[in-house]
Amino acid sequence: MAAPGFLSETPDDPELAAARAEPLRAPPSRGQWILGAVIGVCLLAYPLVFDQPYQQHVLIMIFIYALMAQGWNVLAGYCGQISLGQAVFFGIGAYSAAFLFSNFQISPWLGMAVGVVVSMVVALLIGIPTFRLKGHYFAIATLVIGEIAQTVFINWEYVGGATGIWIPIEWDAPWFAFQFHDSKLPYYYIGLGFLALACLCVYWLERSRTGLYFRAIREEPEAASSLGTDVTRYKLIAIMVSAAFTSVAGSLFTQYILVIDPETVFPLILSILVVLMTMMGGVGTLWGPIIGTAVLFPLSEMTRIYFGGSGGAEDLMIYGALILLISVFYPRGLIGLVHKVMGRGSHA
Amino acid sequence: MLEVTNLTKHFGGLVANDDISFGVAEGEILGLIGPNGAGKSTLFDLITGFQAPDEGGVRFEGRSLLGLRPDQINRLGIVRTFQKLKPFEKMTVEENVMVGVMQHTANMSKARDHALTMLSFVGLLEKRRAHAGTLSTGQRKRLELARAMATRPRLLLLDEVTGGVDQRSIPGLIALIERLRGVGVTLIVIEHNMQVLMSLADRVVALHLGAMIAQGTPAQIQADPRVIESYLGTAYA
Repeated sequence: MAAPGFLSETPDDPELAAARAEPLRAPPSRGQWILGAVIGVCLLAYPLVFDQPYQQHVLIMIFIYALMAQGWNVLAGYCGQISLGQAVFFGIGAYSAAFLFSNFQISPWLGMAVGVVVSMVVALLIGIPTFRLKGHYFAIATLVIGEIAQTVFINWEYVGGATGIWIPIEWDAPWFAFQFHDSKLPYYYIGLGFLALACLCVYWLERSRTGLYFRAIREEPEAASSLGTDVTRYKLIAIMVSAAFTSVAGSLFTQYILVIDPETVFPLILSILVVLMTMMGGVGTLWGPIIGTAVLFPLSEMTRIYFGGSGGAEDLMIYGALILLISVFYPRGLIGLVHKVMGRGSHA
Repeated sequence: MLEVTNLTKHFGGLVANDDISFGVAEGEILGLIGPNGAGKSTLFDLITGFQAPDEGGVRFEGRSLLGLRPDQINRLGIVRTFQKLKPFEKMTVEENVMVGVMQHTANMSKARDHALTMLSFVGLLEKRRAHAGTLSTGQRKRLELARAMATRPRLLLLDEVTGGVDQRSIPGLIALIERLRGVGVTLIVIEHNMQVLMSLADRVVALHLGAMIAQGTPAQIQADPRVIESYLGTAYA
């Protein structure tokens, strides 16, 4: 049977025609293009200008954390599923690259791909039972799964147990071994490249049916379902994309540090950090995770320098205070501040 | 078109729907009345897959809906609105409607064109860029209607069309529903405003404490002693 008649008809209404002629999303303004180009050139030129290892190290770590934060942002910011177990995917990515190279001499590039596949499968296995749970229960379930994953790897002797994996140093084939000992530049550009790729994915997501469904599920899952959205399917897509980003971040981290253990790549604090970083920058926005990471990571490094890295939680106390301030004054995150400043600029 | 047979649903010791059977013919507007707690919204939940019945069945155009999810039932051509409105608050009005359109096309701009047609149909076109969270109750009702219509339903279940809406908006909403009938949509309407219902409905089903106590034309229902006793009150007698 045909759908009701008026649905296919196009009424001859000038107001409707005018509305249709508007762009769905305002295209970037000239100012935004220029700003984007300037930031892009600055990021590309940065390591050539600032050639101290530490100066480059900070940016490389920001890229890795921001990639992970962007992964959380897809799942929680856009689709509304608060995960507190992102370290699971980070750890899988880290171990896949490290284990396959140190035991079977498989290139970490392939290891990274394997990590992505394994992470996505694990994401499915986590998502299928836990997405039946509503609201807080999903968050608690992921928290527990994160702790279980760490315990499993601590006790799994085949992959190094509690001591983890020291990746064999390879001097002759840096690109095959994904190890660069003379310069941090390759790490810098590879990290930047993957982060840019993730941002492109999110940019596309914001303009796609999938992204629209994600946000509808975040806002009112029952209404989305009543309108024909297969809610569970789209939640699973969200957690798989999230797992893929996070897993790549884990592999990058491994190749950069070259030694991993369960305490480093599966800790609860890592899962919490990406949440804080994204919230700080702006949840459910393209730039929020990056802005948040760019502010919080250097801050944590500084507090570690000034308060000593004895494992005390001074840096987290500062994080906490900042998050509190941001959420009181800019509930939408630092991006709210950025919009305010830029909005003012364009009106002036 | 829709056949409900012996539908029963318990919540613990409470009987929300007790052995309810009725049919809806194509092109009809069926009114559903009953005091609060009579089981009207539960009946909608059972028909649209939000709850599974304990006993009985629902058939749509000969096909059983038992075991199907709400989104699958929606794709067959049934859509419902919610008594407690559920707009996607942090999305724009046009995006809200696009969610309903997108099962028919992955093309965002085509979906937007169609969403705008729906918004023009319900008279919300000028609000298209506003966030749904900023709308008034009457506007939210119109948005729910536009969103539901965007899925191209053949059967529309409306939960409280005029509830919580200011007096002035009611005639507009009624005119909208008349127009829906005009384009060939079959409707089941939960409505507390008897004047509204009597002017709209072809037939009325009355529920009380989960059970169906009467069905018939609006005139028959208004004259039914059990309906008067349980719901309308003696003023209608």
